[in-house]
Amino acid sequence: MARALLSLRAGSLRAGFARVLTIGLFVIFVLVPLYWVVITSIKPSSDYLTTPPVWFPANPTIVHYTAALFSYRGLQGLINSLIIASAATLLSTLMGTMMAYSLARFNTGGRHLALWVLSQRFLPPVAIVLPIFLLFRTWGLYDTLTGLVLAYTFMTLPLSVWMMYAYFQQLPKSLEEAAWVDGLSRWQTFWMVATPLAAPGVAAAAVFVFIAVWTEFFFALILTSRHAFTLPTIFRAFLGFQGAQYGEACALATTSLAPSIILGMLVQRHLVRGLTLGAIRG
Amino acid sequence: MANVRIGALHKSYGSVHAVRGVDLDIPDGEFTVLVGPSGCGKSTLLRTIAGLEVADSGDIEIGGEIVNNMRPRDRDVAMVFQDYALYPHMTVFGNISLSLRARRMPKPEIEERVKRVAGMLGVRPLLERYPRQLSGGQRQRVAIGRAMVRNPRVFLFDEPLSNLDAQLRDDMRGEIKRLHQEVATTMIYVTHDQVEAMTLADRIVLLRDGVIEQQGAPLDLFERPATLFVAGFLGSPRMNFVKGKLERTAGGARVRLGDGGPILDLPLGRDSGAGEGADVILGFRPEHVRHATADPVADGQARVDSEIELVQPTGSRSYATFRLAGQPAIAELQTQDVTRAGERIQVDINLRRAVLFDPGTGKALPE
Repeated sequence: MARALLSLRAGSLRAGFARVLTIGLFVIFVLVPLYWVVITSIKPSSDYLTTPPVWFPANPTIVHYTAALFSYRGLQGLINSLIIASAATLLSTLMGTMMAYSLARFNTGGRHLALWVLSQRFLPPVAIVLPIFLLFRTWGLYDTLTGLVLAYTFMTLPLSVWMMYAYFQQLPKSLEEAAWVDGLSRWQTFWMVATPLAAPGVAAAAVFVFIAVWTEFFFALILTSRHAFTLPTIFRAFLGFQGAQYGEACALATTSLAPSIILGMLVQRHLVRGLTLGAIRG
Repeated sequence: MANVRIGALHKSYGSVHAVRGVDLDIPDGEFTVLVGPSGCGKSTLLRTIAGLEVADSGDIEIGGEIVNNMRPRDRDVAMVFQDYALYPHMTVFGNISLSLRARRMPKPEIEERVKRVAGMLGVRPLLERYPRQLSGGQRQRVAIGRAMVRNPRVFLFDEPLSNLDAQLRDDMRGEIKRLHQEVATTMIYVTHDQVEAMTLADRIVLLRDGVIEQQGAPLDLFERPATLFVAGFLGSPRMNFVKGKLERTAGGARVRLGDGGPILDLPLGRDSGAGEGADVILGFRPEHVRHATADPVADGQARVDSEIELVQPTGSRSYATFRLAGQPAIAELQTQDVTRAGERIQVDINLRRAVLFDPGTGKALPE
C-alpha cells in the first residue's frame, strides 16, 4: 500500500515535471523573440550586433521611438492603421455575421454559396491587386483610407462569414423559434436573440479580422503612397542602402504590437464565455 | 381565445411522411392532448400549428381564420418548448417581457403584466436572475410565464415536463391543469406520457404513424378503445390481451381461451358481430381482475384458477402475473390477497368491462 502510494507519487511528480518543462519551453519559445524586439528598441545602436549579445542594455534610449514615429512618419501610419483596421473590422464582422446567419438559417444560395464565398481566398492576392489598383485610380480611391477600408472589408469577409457560419450552425435553433412564436420578426430575432448568443463568435471573428488587416502589407503597399499608408508599409524604409535600422524597426514593431494586445485583452472575456450555457436543460 | 381546426393536414420531411391526413376540431377553451409513441407525428403537428413548419397540404384554422401562410408571430399562439428555450443572455424579466417589448408596449404596462404573471407562477423573486441560475422547475415556470404574459389565443406545449424529475413533474402537471382552469384558453399539449394525457386532457387525440388512431374524452378512450393499439397505449400496467375463439351459445357468446383452456361466458351486451369460431383477442385491464371470494361467481364475471408467476407490490396494491391458457396476464390485487409467487390463486375477471378485438384488423368488435 505504502509502496503503491510512493510509486504513484513519483509518477505524478514525473508527470508534473514534464508538464512544467513543456510549458516552460513553450513560454520561452514565444516570449524570447518578443523580448528581443522590445529590448532592441531601447538599445543604443552600438549594442545591436555584439558578441556576446546584450540582454540588458546599460544605457536604454528612446531615440529610436522618436525617429520611427516622427522622422519615418510612424505616428501617421499608426493612426491610419488604427482607423482602417477598426473600420474594416466593424464592417467585415457586421456584414459577415448577417451573411453567415442567412447561410446558416435560410440555406441561402443552396449548398454552394458558402463555399463560393470561401473560394475568394483561393485567389492569390497578386492576381487581383492590379485590377483593384486600376479601379481605385479611376474611382479616386487610390491612396485613401476609404479605399483600403473597402479592400480589407472584402478581403476579410470570407473569414468572418465562415467563422460566424460555423458558430450559428451550432447554436440551438429552438431559441430563435421561441422568439418567432413570441412575436419577433426575423430581423428582431437576429438582433435580439441570435447575435447576442453569437457574441463569443463575433468577438473571435473580430479579433482575427483585425489582426489580418493590421498586419497586411501587400495591398497597402500597392494601393497607397503618401497619405493612406499603414504601419506595415513603413517597415520597408528601415532596410535601406545604409543598412538595417534595427532600433527603429523594433521600436515601430513594439508600437504596432500594442493595439493587438489591448484588443485581445478586451475581448478575452467574450472569447471564453460560453453564453449558451443554461439555455438548454441541465 | 379561439378554436383550432385542422383539415386533411399532410407534412413530410424528405421521405418521412410525418403527418398523413389529420382532421381535428378543437373547440375554444378545450385542453387537448396529442399523445402517441415517438415518431407518431404529434410534435410535427404542433409545430405546424405554431407556424414553425409549413404544411405540405391541408388547412389550419385558428379562430375561424386560415393561418397556413401566416408567420408564427401573426398567429397569436404561444409555445412552451421541451428544452424551455429560455434566452440565456436575458434575465427572467427579459425573457418574459420580450414578446411585449417586441410589440413596443409601454414600459409601465410591461412591468405590470410581467409582475402579475411572475406572481401567479411564483417566480417573482427571480426576475433579475439569468436562466443558468435557475433550477429545472423554475426554468419551466419562466417558460410558461413567457407564454402566458401575452394572453395568446392558443397555448401550445411540446412535452414541457419530460426534462423534469418525477416529483417535480407531478407538481407541474397539477399547475398546468390549474393554469388551464384559470385562464380557460385553448391548450394543445403534446406528450408521450399516457399518465399526463389522462390527467390533463379534456380530450385525448392518440396519434400513430401520422394519423389519428382515436380521439375522445380520456375515459372514453380508456373504457372503449377502438383498437388494440389504443387499448395497449393507455393504462399502466397495460391491458391484458389473451387470444381465443368465439363460440356462439343460445343466449349469447363465450370465448374459449387457447386449446382446452378455460371458457369464459360473455355477459349479454358484450355480444359481438363476429361469427362462430372466429379468432378474437380478449382484452381486460388488470384493475378489472379481483381476488375470488367464497361467494358464487357474480353475473358477468368469470372465475379462473391459476398459478401466480410474479408479484410486484406497489404498496396497498400488487401486480400479480398469472397465466390464462398459457398466456401471461396481470391482475391488480389487494396486497394482502397475494403473498408470493408459486401460489395458486382464484381470480374473477369482470367481463362487463372487457373488450373483444379482431386479431386481423386490430379493431375492437362492436358491442
